Amino acid sequence: MTSRNRPHVGRRSVLKGAGAAAATAIAGFPFVSRAENKPIKIGMVTIQSGRFAVIGSASSKGALMQIEKFNAAGGLNGRKIELIVRDSKGKPEEATRIAREFVNSEGCEILFDSDSSAAAFALQEVARETGVLTIHMNSETSSLTADPKLHVPTAFRAARQGIHDSIAGGSYAGEIAKQKKLNKWMGCSPDYAYGRDSNQLFFKYLKQTYKDAEVIGETWPKLAQPDYTEQLTKILQTKPQAVYSCLWGGDLTAFIDQSSIYNLFAQMDVFAINIADYAILTAIKNLPKGIHSGSRYLASFPKTKENAAWAAAYRAKYNNEFPLNWSWENDAGAQFVVEAITKTKSVDSKKLAEAISGMTIDSPFGVGGKLTMRAGDNTVINYATGWGQTIQKDPFVPDVKATDWKTILELENEWKKEMKYI
Amino acid sequence: MDLSALGNCVISASCVITQTTSGLIIGLLLFMVAAGVSLIFGVLKVVNFAHGSFYMLGAYFAYTAYQVTGNYAVAVLAGGLGVAIFGLLFERLLISRVYGSPVLMQILVCYGVILILDDVVKLVWGPDFLSFGMPSTFQSLPILFAGGVIPVFYLFLIVMTLVIAVLLGLLITKTRYGKIIRASAVNPTMVSALGINTGVVFASVFVLGGLLAGLAGGLAAPVRSLTAGMGLSVVIESFIVTVIGGMGSVAGALVGSLLIGLVRSFGSIGFPLFTEGLMFLMMVVVLVLKPSGLFGKEGR
Repeated sequence: MTSRNRPHVGRRSVLKGAGAAAATAIAGFPFVSRAENKPIKIGMVTIQSGRFAVIGSASSKGALMQIEKFNAAGGLNGRKIELIVRDSKGKPEEATRIAREFVNSEGCEILFDSDSSAAAFALQEVARETGVLTIHMNSETSSLTADPKLHVPTAFRAARQGIHDSIAGGSYAGEIAKQKKLNKWMGCSPDYAYGRDSNQLFFKYLKQTYKDAEVIGETWPKLAQPDYTEQLTKILQTKPQAVYSCLWGGDLTAFIDQSSIYNLFAQMDVFAINIADYAILTAIKNLPKGIHSGSRYLASFPKTKENAAWAAAYRAKYNNEFPLNWSWENDAGAQFVVEAITKTKSVDSKKLAEAISGMTIDSPFGVGGKLTMRAGDNTVINYATGWGQTIQKDPFVPDVKATDWKTILELENEWKKEMKYI
Repeated sequence: MDLSALGNCVISASCVITQTTSGLIIGLLLFMVAAGVSLIFGVLKVVNFAHGSFYMLGAYFAYTAYQVTGNYAVAVLAGGLGVAIFGLLFERLLISRVYGSPVLMQILVCYGVILILDDVVKLVWGPDFLSFGMPSTFQSLPILFAGGVIPVFYLFLIVMTLVIAVLLGLLITKTRYGKIIRASAVNPTMVSALGINTGVVFASVFVLGGLLAGLAGGLAAPVRSLTAGMGLSVVIESFIVTVIGGMGSVAGALVGSLLIGLVRSFGSIGFPLFTEGLMFLMMVVVLVLKPSGLFGKEGR
């Protein structure tokens, strides 16, 4: 080796090196402390644009209710949660791209899936590949957690479930049908997986409670269909005594407004599972009296001071906006996560998943103030669910009849056997 | 498929009246948007995919005007005039720059505008869907005629849209302005050579299209849910109408819209799971038998 190629170590370099070493030694502890204080990044995939942008708005607001409380209490040894929210535009392929980017490029340690059911199934596979703790906040499609083939140990559902709601709805409607002798029924639900599942299961449990109920017609509007005239006139021609619908969001408000001008609600009983949510209740200018609805989210159900206080806090924080069904689901999901972080003092997905599995939390949305993340199928149970009839003013559905969870769990178990899930 | 239900319907006066009214209302509201799409394509050869957003803006402008004044007529006019002005700005500032460009470029511009307008709606009116509410004048029981059910509001909409359709027809066929538009659709260079400012003509077509779409948005607002992206399904159906009726033909847009309305209405009785399919099937049949559309002129 020639001297030209040899690295030159001069006196100044040695002094600089010694200085740097001394500086590192002195500043070493603050440096380590800064590393510990780096935020815990949670990536939320949701819909922030287009027709369903309200999902993203209500979801992030719900999750932040818990996250800000956790951060205000000091976080995990000073590490606070940073919630990064991205728009999938309602496209499953975009949702998975964002989720992978969260994990691989942005250092997110936890994923919140606050997207639609279509995206939830895709994100379940991202959870499987990456092993990152994933909470499905909004998907109500039962098979996501009921089907053991889809099971991922680090993925959980903090949302209500279609099968639970159908059992609650079918049982309630069956009792009303018995009293009023409602024998002829019709379905009017959106033409995609959720609508078809919900319709089929509602009628299954209706008939289980009231055997004389008969479905004499069905009509399937498209998702985001602007005009329901063809469905409404078909209902009028078929002349059922009662109609079931699981239309939701803006589709449901349009359906109700258009039904009103045909005077439909005076001619038959209408059971619309998704009305009792403030997005609908406050949007409809002339809410018809007497529509039967499932409870999505109401400040008056469960009728506890904790639930009323949560709704008041939400409205105070968000410019008097009403909380929606997605708000409570995301709040509950985030609470499971922050309680698991506090308990394990870790953000390791495996440790968190072990803590969340079977965990029971105090929550204003639970029956008796408790929500449980059921071990085995990783889904939330014991949330307050029930049905009642609308009135035109707040509290909109004043007398919600709560559904007994013992019944829900028994019938859910039978359904799982029929589906060969267990 | 339930052909017996369809057969029973066709021989029952009540069913025919209810379903025909239903078809008319679906078709005539669609016509208001489709006529603009068809005119713009016919005269300017621009595939205006943003036309659904015009309809959306009309509904939102009407909503705000109704909130302020409580007057439905003012609200509908505000929807129409607001979007007419927007149409002018859209044409002058954006779309006039891509005249003669490949269709892909025009579609890209329109798609960009759709996304921007959806976000603007979210920023101004919020992400939640809104309900206009039925004006008190129309809060009455539906009319029963030979056993058929006709909501009073729909009767009003049918009359209003028919009046607008007739006025539009007269404008296009009987006035000098209509002649210029028709001439521009055939040979804009010759129109320009005759000393007519085609730039103004082109802008006026967008104003007219915007006015019609805005009026449609305002008229339909009491029975539609207002939300960002609400124009998408309307614009898709409008293009089906344009293909069926013939590009650039107002009469074709009217016939195409009514056909779609009636197919949807009676199709929901006989083919409840294939109503959308029937619409596209009809388009395919027209494309095969008469590619220029029912009222379209054969290309030379």
